[in-house]
Amino acid sequence: MQTTLERIKTKPQRQVSEKWVRMKKMKSLYFMMLIPMVMLFIFNYIPMYGVIIAFKNFSPGLGIMDSPWNNFEHFKRLFSDFLFLRAFQNTVFISLLKIIIVFPAPIIFAILLNEIKSEKFKKVSQSISYLPHFMSWVILSAMVIEVFSPQRGIINYVITIFGGDPINFLSDKTSFIPILILTDMWKELGWGAIIYLATIASIDPGLYEAAEMDGAGRFHKMIHVTLPSIMPMVIIMFILRLGSVLNAGFDQILNLYNPLVYEVADIIDTYVYRSGLEQFQFDYATAVGLFKNVVGIVLILSANAIIRRKSEHGIW
Amino acid sequence: MEVKTRKKISLFNILNITGFVLFSILVIYPFWQTIVLSFSDAESASSLGVNLWPDQWITDAYKFMFSNDNIGIAYLNTIIRTVAGTFLIVSFTILAAYPLSKKELPYRNVFTIFFLIAMFFSGGMIPDYLLIKNLGLIDNSLSLILPSAVNVFFIIIMRNYFMTIDKGLEESALIDGANYFTILTKIIIPVSKPVIATVALWAAVYHWNEWFHALVYIQDDSKTVLQIVVRDMLTAMDLSNNQNAQVGGGGMASSELLLSNVRAATVMISIGPIVLIYPFVQKYFIKGIMIGSLKG
Repeated sequence: MQTTLERIKTKPQRQVSEKWVRMKKMKSLYFMMLIPMVMLFIFNYIPMYGVIIAFKNFSPGLGIMDSPWNNFEHFKRLFSDFLFLRAFQNTVFISLLKIIIVFPAPIIFAILLNEIKSEKFKKVSQSISYLPHFMSWVILSAMVIEVFSPQRGIINYVITIFGGDPINFLSDKTSFIPILILTDMWKELGWGAIIYLATIASIDPGLYEAAEMDGAGRFHKMIHVTLPSIMPMVIIMFILRLGSVLNAGFDQILNLYNPLVYEVADIIDTYVYRSGLEQFQFDYATAVGLFKNVVGIVLILSANAIIRRKSEHGIW
Repeated sequence: MEVKTRKKISLFNILNITGFVLFSILVIYPFWQTIVLSFSDAESASSLGVNLWPDQWITDAYKFMFSNDNIGIAYLNTIIRTVAGTFLIVSFTILAAYPLSKKELPYRNVFTIFFLIAMFFSGGMIPDYLLIKNLGLIDNSLSLILPSAVNVFFIIIMRNYFMTIDKGLEESALIDGANYFTILTKIIIPVSKPVIATVALWAAVYHWNEWFHALVYIQDDSKTVLQIVVRDMLTAMDLSNNQNAQVGGGGMASSELLLSNVRAATVMISIGPIVLIYPFVQKYFIKGIMIGSLKG
């Protein structure tokens, strides 16, 4: 309040009253925003305050405010907690694997789909390809479990045809991660390709004509016209993806994993979930989550800053 | 030389088209398998094989499912939640996006930042849970629709769209003495139907699919949603999976039915609405991405 008054005093009288008149005239616009802002304050800003229990010995009886501070004990514990370190390692490992294997897939999908002449075929394959995107991981897990099931699954059927024994893939430490990667690709490939297909559609046809005049064949055009044209978009998407490297796929893993594969599949988010909401160590789990959020924010903001500098238009 | 390149190209075409056909089959197969399983009996469902067609179409799994009170209630809850939640999201998105789209609004940037901060920072899983608990919203259906009612991403998309609307109409209405609420309902909303439809569809799919809040905030079976019913069956399945011998109903289903049959049927009814409207509305989803990628 004080600062507003001071500002009003230092500004030229006319300008201030003009702004004030404008605000009064537009007061119903502020009124419109009021309820959304109150809702946002309650459900987003109050939990930000709740994060301070990461620095306290939280007891629900005393509440967030009155619980005693504990001198960063949770954070000290964090870095000697084997389970956390394992989760951190798994998070980065799974995420990097997804970036290396899943990230390029939609780009290849888009470039290849663009080579198909029939508009109808294109449309139908594209529509089919992003159907799984609209399903939750709860639903898709039910399907994944059936596909890999030792009792009914098609994959184990093929294995038994060749004389092998059925494998319980989802309880197997070596096969669980590949399943995560493949099913993630299966779900998001078509959806991820949309943005690249739109970019390809906006390429100037003159570029292709010029390349043809120079005697470029189809592969030459794909590699020397299409690919460079979508490269700026690829770079933006790549930096954004790197910015969320600590999100290894909470929904997917929480619905697919089981104790037998915790060793390779437990990520930070699932660890927060179990230690916080299943074992009720609210304060410690909040500390784990806070650590992840802080690192995540730094990564995302840097990603945005890099994009802003490189392309002169950031994401926001 | 000529002939050679043409041959190469057509080979590429064949491979490319085959590739996309195979990929489409790969995408559809798990869905088809679920349909077949939901109409199969326990015997054919417990044998390994490529089940592309049931031995006979049996609706027992669906009958069992609909005789189970919990599933019916969960379906109803999901519908109510989706309708109410979508209505809230769309209303709040419009109410916040319209003022934020006005360049001449004093302190607009301050308000924009207030919204943007919430997009980048959050308390996280546990503080969210404690808030809901302190508000007394555990086992209250409001906990499923209130925390997600303000979606900053949607607000930005809609604000960007509003900013492209021609100011002329609005200004003449203002001169005629109309207030901003009238302008919003009579001028802005009618010309923004495409973006409102897009946001509404996104919100509806979100609420239909959302399961984590329901998992954490709702314990009461009479308030649960379909996704949680399916999820509970996943965990039940896991247990029987570990003891390879008994895949049987485990108390969930009658003896001739496997849990898997019932689960497949439940999956079918929970994805049914999405799959049915999908061919008609998918272009709006795509439109949403395109509007969203406009720089504001």
